[in-house]
Amino acid sequence: MTRSAPVDESKWFTTHCDLSAHDVSCERDDRILFENLSFTVKKGDLIQLAGPNGAGKTTLLRLMAGLNQDFDGEVRWYDENIQSCFQDYARQRLYIGHLSAIKKVLTPLENLRWFVSSWPEVSEDALWQALEEVTLAGYEDIPCQQLSAGQQRRVALARLLVTPTPLWILDEPFTALDKAGVAWLEALLALHVNRGGSVLITSHHALSDIPALRQIELGVQK
Amino acid sequence: MSLVTATIKRDLIIAARNPGEWLNPLMFFLMVLALFPLAVDPDPKFLSKIAAGVVWVAALLATLLSLDALFKADVEDGTLEQWLASGESLYAMALGKVFVHWCISGLPLTLVAPLLALMMNLPDDAYAALFFSLLLGTPILSLLGAVGAALTAGVRSGGLLLSLVILPLYIPILIFGASAVYHAGIGMEYAGQLGFLASFLCISMTLTPFAVAGALKLNLSR
Repeated sequence: MTRSAPVDESKWFTTHCDLSAHDVSCERDDRILFENLSFTVKKGDLIQLAGPNGAGKTTLLRLMAGLNQDFDGEVRWYDENIQSCFQDYARQRLYIGHLSAIKKVLTPLENLRWFVSSWPEVSEDALWQALEEVTLAGYEDIPCQQLSAGQQRRVALARLLVTPTPLWILDEPFTALDKAGVAWLEALLALHVNRGGSVLITSHHALSDIPALRQIELGVQK
Repeated sequence: MSLVTATIKRDLIIAARNPGEWLNPLMFFLMVLALFPLAVDPDPKFLSKIAAGVVWVAALLATLLSLDALFKADVEDGTLEQWLASGESLYAMALGKVFVHWCISGLPLTLVAPLLALMMNLPDDAYAALFFSLLLGTPILSLLGAVGAALTAGVRSGGLLLSLVILPLYIPILIFGASAVYHAGIGMEYAGQLGFLASFLCISMTLTPFAVAGALKLNLSR
């Protein structure tokens, strides 16, 4: 997969990312996952949450995305608690969990159309182009249940190409992708960071090629 | 197109491609009404006396059958997570979801009930009452049922729990619905019962989406 059409970067998004965690602590089943964690995600940052299974990577990601309010501390978007400006925040970040939200009886195009329905400015042409770029051209009218796991993941990831948000929050996006897919996604992440976007990602995949990379290690304290 | 209308449209497409899911409760309804006269006294006078109650009980149980699946798929495939992440009103979303559920369960029941009531020898005067009581009553069943479905969406075998939670709430609807049809059958006024159903519909339409939204949020914040 190669980038076919260059994206007009000046129009891609209007605001930049300014997300910060302040003394965030989280406990699950009497086990402390992380304590007093503070960090910021700014323009051009690529932050990878690392750590062993069960270290709380997904939990941290979900609470940064505003999906989980069961924690101590505060997450702020432009110095405002994300829960009090949630609608604003939600339009500026794209969250893709490890559940892909793909409906199996629908075609890739129909799934994609639903994903971007909050962004009315996204054109139908852009959806076709995105599907073409994730090498699903020709599969537009085939129900997703007939696609492989990797192809379904690509449908979910095609959203990255069409949704104009500065912040991407991605939970294990490399799952089920083949080698070409991994290379494509790495290139896409680098491109997003270079054009001033920000990425918060959990992955066991080494992303060392991207210079902007910072890592936050979870699950080290016992 | 906003996410809510996109979701309504998408769910209707899914229902159209998966007719088995919503035809099953309808078949159940048909079978109960077809088998009842065979199992009890087939005397037309006796049947016409119990017709109102049997049709309403069958409609209620058919609705209950269809409720289990209302949010389950959305929780399991991550669709619900995306709703929550979108920052759009969960209230409107819940209302949209119930609307689709009613379109594929309550509405067909209401439309076929007068035909099937023929088999139960429903008195001639009662057909209008049957149609209107179901037209007002089945949306209430969907709305109340959605609360139970949202509460039990994350539970592995929530079907039993769902029935236990919802059945007590259904009893007033059943009593007023069946009594409207019965009273129409013996030539009495039935506007009072329909009035009660209508007011109950208004109340549940405004209040239950809050409960559904709350329950769904609870499901995801683990």
